[in-house]
Amino acid sequence: MALQSLDIKARSATTTPPPDVRARGAVPVAKLIDISKCIGCKACQVACMEWNDLRDEVGTNAGTYDNPRDLTAQSWTVMRFSEVEVEQDRLEWLIRKDGCMHCADPGCLKACPAPGAIVQYANGIVDFHEEHCIGCGYCITGCPFNIPRISQKDSKAYKCTLCSDRVAIGLEPACIKTCPTGALVFGTKDDMVLHAEGRIADLKERGYSHAALYDPKGVGGTHVMYVLQHGDKPELYANLPRDPSISPLVSLWKGVTKPLMSFGLGLAVFAGFFHYVTAGPKEVEEEEKTD
Amino acid sequence: MQVTRRQFFRICAAGVGSSSLAALGFAPGEALAEVRAFKLARTTETRNTCPYCSVGCGLLMYSLGDNAKNTRGKIIHVEGDPDHPVNRGTLCPKGAGLLDFVNSPHRLQYPQYRAPGSKEWTRISWDDAFSRIARLMKDDRDKHFIAKNDKGETVNRWLSTGFLAASASSNETGYLTYKVVRSMGILGFDNQARV
Repeated sequence: MALQSLDIKARSATTTPPPDVRARGAVPVAKLIDISKCIGCKACQVACMEWNDLRDEVGTNAGTYDNPRDLTAQSWTVMRFSEVEVEQDRLEWLIRKDGCMHCADPGCLKACPAPGAIVQYANGIVDFHEEHCIGCGYCITGCPFNIPRISQKDSKAYKCTLCSDRVAIGLEPACIKTCPTGALVFGTKDDMVLHAEGRIADLKERGYSHAALYDPKGVGGTHVMYVLQHGDKPELYANLPRDPSISPLVSLWKGVTKPLMSFGLGLAVFAGFFHYVTAGPKEVEEEEKTD
Repeated sequence: MQVTRRQFFRICAAGVGSSSLAALGFAPGEALAEVRAFKLARTTETRNTCPYCSVGCGLLMYSLGDNAKNTRGKIIHVEGDPDHPVNRGTLCPKGAGLLDFVNSPHRLQYPQYRAPGSKEWTRISWDDAFSRIARLMKDDRDKHFIAKNDKGETVNRWLSTGFLAASASSNETGYLTYKVVRSMGILGFDNQARV
């Protein structure tokens, strides 16, 4: 019997190991975003807001199709439109659905100091539990893709959950279901890699010789992957990082500084005890005692 | 219980010390977490067709309650119908946002009448609306109906009134609409499906 619908693989700021016996049976899931099929209709944005009960403020036109202009605590996915001259006299309109990549090695979870505010499920979903969030913003520092956003309303961090509530009962995420062109596909990670291979072969036949799957190894692979027509130049897609990795600040803080701090704390306690044993308790004058 | 000043300080120090240790991560947390509860678990699922365009995508509407006598349903979620051959579960951004369309405070929910030259809309009953529409149609048809053309051939045309039908109609509704409109002699007949 488990006390939750999805098994936990990792939990922020927690030292005890999670229940692990059934974890091997969990099937890793993945969302595949085929950028070559996306028409930028933003149905995924609407479906995301509808399912997750989010209603962002109506923004203003900034001269591009990006709307909202950036991710917010209320907008967990946005389409980023890039007009790129890929080569001389060849303009392409590249549309990338931005949002949480659900890294296998999540920088946000590593950086998070609040126990249980960020969890990674055995199926690969990285989820924020806002009731445990302290609003420190370390997850933003830890994220190689600049995804989490702190809400102005409640000072807690929010991002895409990969619709963990839907996936937990066997449904696909809301964005996947609504996508009219089939640019978004959902399934096991193995199946999604296989599906991507077919798409890449097709793109190569059509003249995109550098078409590739974006599943960066620097963060252990991701559970949200892209099929890129120009796989050799991910920067073209609204600065998608070529080789993302967790900020060294996180490993410095969590890796070196934390044990040092703990050691310093222990040392202070030990020194106090040693001083008590050798020097004895502080003598107290009679008149001070009668305060 | 008597607590001296020094004892009070000791209690405070012990409390701060132990809670600091816990805050620094020495207290093990339970490795448990639950996802958001699935909000459609026991809602009522109703099939419908998207009202927007001629594609006619299938919808599943989810409403509160299980249709028991004392419940009042309210649509809380709309998504595509995976069994519908047109869209197989997908929806465009307009269809995906239908929840706010259904529950919009600006939605027209009853017939309104604006007299010629007036700026005011007044609420009227469905009976009044139907009677008025029927009256005006009959008057116009009696006045402008063309039974025979110049050559004396029977044509039975009514050219001064047009009819605009909805897009989200079933084949049966479409058949009935066609029969009603054509039997009155209306030629100007179009469908919102061309949007």
